[in-house]
Amino acid sequence: MFTALLTFKKNVDTTLTDGSSFNASMQTSPASMINQYKFEEDADTKDIFVTVDNPESHVTAIETYITYRVMTKTTRSEFDSSEFEVRRRYQDFLWLKGRLEEAHPTLIAHPLPEKFVVKGMVERFNEDFIETRRRALHRFLNKIAEHPIFSSSEDFKIFLTAASGELTSHKKQGPGFLSRMGDTVKAVAAAVRGVRNRPQEFTEMQEYVEAFSQKISSLDKVTQRIVREQKEYLEELKECGPTYALWSQSEEELAEPLKNVAGCVDRCCKETEEQVKNLSDHLIPVLHEYVLCADTLKAVLRRRDNIQADFEAKTEALATKKADRDTMRNDLDKAEDRLEWANNALKSDWTRWQKVMRTDLRSAFVDTAERNVSYYEKCLAVWESFLHSQRTDAEGNGKVDFS
Amino acid sequence: VQDCILLKKMEISVAEAEKRTGKNAVNMQETYTVYLIEMRPVDAASEGTNPVPDSLWRRYSEFELLRNYLLVTYPFLVVPPLPEKRAEFVWHKLSADNMDPDFVERRRVGLENFLLRVASHPDLSTDKIFYSFLTEENGWKETVFETGFQAKADSRLKALNATFRVKNPDKRFAEMKHYGDELQSVISQLLRVRARAADRLYGVYKVHGNYGRVFSEWSAIEKEMGDGLQSAGHHMDAYAASVDDILEEEEHYADQMKEYLFYADALRAVCRKHELTQYELEMAAQDLTSKKQQREELATGTIRTFSLKGVTSKLFGQETPEQREAKLKMLETQIEEGEELVKERNAECEEFVKSAWVDIERFKEQKDHDLREALISYAIMQISMCKKGIQVWNNAKECFSKM
Repeated sequence: MFTALLTFKKNVDTTLTDGSSFNASMQTSPASMINQYKFEEDADTKDIFVTVDNPESHVTAIETYITYRVMTKTTRSEFDSSEFEVRRRYQDFLWLKGRLEEAHPTLIAHPLPEKFVVKGMVERFNEDFIETRRRALHRFLNKIAEHPIFSSSEDFKIFLTAASGELTSHKKQGPGFLSRMGDTVKAVAAAVRGVRNRPQEFTEMQEYVEAFSQKISSLDKVTQRIVREQKEYLEELKECGPTYALWSQSEEELAEPLKNVAGCVDRCCKETEEQVKNLSDHLIPVLHEYVLCADTLKAVLRRRDNIQADFEAKTEALATKKADRDTMRNDLDKAEDRLEWANNALKSDWTRWQKVMRTDLRSAFVDTAERNVSYYEKCLAVWESFLHSQRTDAEGNGKVDFS
Repeated sequence: VQDCILLKKMEISVAEAEKRTGKNAVNMQETYTVYLIEMRPVDAASEGTNPVPDSLWRRYSEFELLRNYLLVTYPFLVVPPLPEKRAEFVWHKLSADNMDPDFVERRRVGLENFLLRVASHPDLSTDKIFYSFLTEENGWKETVFETGFQAKADSRLKALNATFRVKNPDKRFAEMKHYGDELQSVISQLLRVRARAADRLYGVYKVHGNYGRVFSEWSAIEKEMGDGLQSAGHHMDAYAASVDDILEEEEHYADQMKEYLFYADALRAVCRKHELTQYELEMAAQDLTSKKQQREELATGTIRTFSLKGVTSKLFGQETPEQREAKLKMLETQIEEGEELVKERNAECEEFVKSAWVDIERFKEQKDHDLREALISYAIMQISMCKKGIQVWNNAKECFSKM
């Protein structure tokens, strides 16, 4: 299945990267291309595994930066070997994402962690920051690897396999600065023009994305607030144990149960601390990524709109202008194909994205619920052991009635 | 003695609370709460007959009057404390308003507890003023004042003076006083810390209510995920609401702690009274010694102690034998009286130490038992809270997995 798509894609890649022109010498018709854009997902036959780990700091005369080890294991035939290990820095990831988006403006790429933003005194080389970023980069590459189109991108392959020097020279090969400027100008012009006859389904998509963006942002904020409140609760709880311990020092008969309670409170504190960490490490990053996803979706819809606007402009031009009709007709055909292409790509990837989103968020929330259950179970055990110790003590002394 | 304990014969309860308005001592309109005290014979319930209980209404100030009477009349007993006059150690949810229904309810329970404590005390339960407090609504106040107890009260200044100047207080009482100080300090700290933690915990739970709202809104834009989200949202709402019951139960625990906070004060009062009786004994003994010394000097003609008389006699000549004879006679009388006084005070002191120590031992046992029970009930509360948490998050997990 993949091989057919690959041969097809190889041609598409080279034509799309050198600008907006569509290779008119394509053997296959747009219609058949559209058919081949149907993503058949064989989730069980995952043939590529990527990990991002082992951050290391590099110091040069000019700058200090972090690289991450990217390891790939694969059985795909287009790879020369089955295992690769390279080191990449954040810039390289940014480059990869840019290339993928350029090649496929209306496909939905998973977001990268944000660039470092100076917030208060947080250091760029702070351990937590690096670890959070590492995890996000790992998820990014895995999402690319799982994407039927992105994963067969030549740029992706080079990213995973090329030595640093190779990668640098490959990066330089891309479309020149001027041609990229040309694209930007065209995009701005299209955006300014605006799209006239947006199909209903894309309008619905946009409305959904707006609403989704709001909801996921809210969830992100709510979760962050819960973490804050939990941390403040923890601060107060930390004082309870020592107070019971202090009290036990003044007592005789009560010393043992008081010390015991102090111990229980301290253990619950530890569990609460872990629970807070879990929320921060597991749920928040996922929610945050989907906030960024919402932005990606908005960008994708904008790009699609621009492609349509470009087509509409060219249609109008053909209708009104008299000169150069052949060139304009040619341009219009290309624009039309591009639009059809873009729309179908988006429609298919939209379905795929919704499935992935659903899976990701469902498992993130299920995971959170499981961790909360586990937290309460651990605290429960702590207090039950206290009761048990008091019970055996009391039965020994014949004192307390537990009825 | 055991048979005289009132509680064995009668069931006492503070059944209700009601608001009243009336004119106070300075003829101004005021609103206050009255509490209904009910008493019925223990046997009545078991016999199956259900006679109407004797009942009367009392307000908080009357309880205070009763307690003050008991404090003055039985200074060698650790007199049970009243519930607090004003709400202290509050966290944000509880209002500090005396008219707040929750506060009134907790006060009702505290007042009942006070009566039960007094009625089960071997000595206090036999007190006639206490009995008429329970049985004679009108004229009780006058009866109390007629006992003249207020005149017997030690002034604060007198007590403070004794505390500073006493030379040989019983070691056990000194230790008890120190213990009372420590108990008061540590329970205050515990109550403060607990109140702050309760405040924070409230915040954590309530923020989860926001999840409920956002899930509900989000479910409106999703097709397959809608149902799972919606029902998960309901569980989040339930979780947020559950904190109210949790904290109400904890308030009861706090009240148990508060009782012993105030008991610490009662304990210290007994120790202070011991210091006072001991001091008065020491003063009487000191006075006797000095009078004996004066007699000796007068008899032998030597002046060992400095006295104005001695100096003037040196300056102005010795007194006549008749004058000396008269003085000696007076001193003899004073010494006789002094010895009586010392005997009396010594007996008082011994009596006080004996009775007080018996009650302190009784109090110790009661305290150890009650506080141990309180700690156990705290553990049970925590367990209940954990079980609720497990249930809610398991339910939520099920809903999430249907997303």
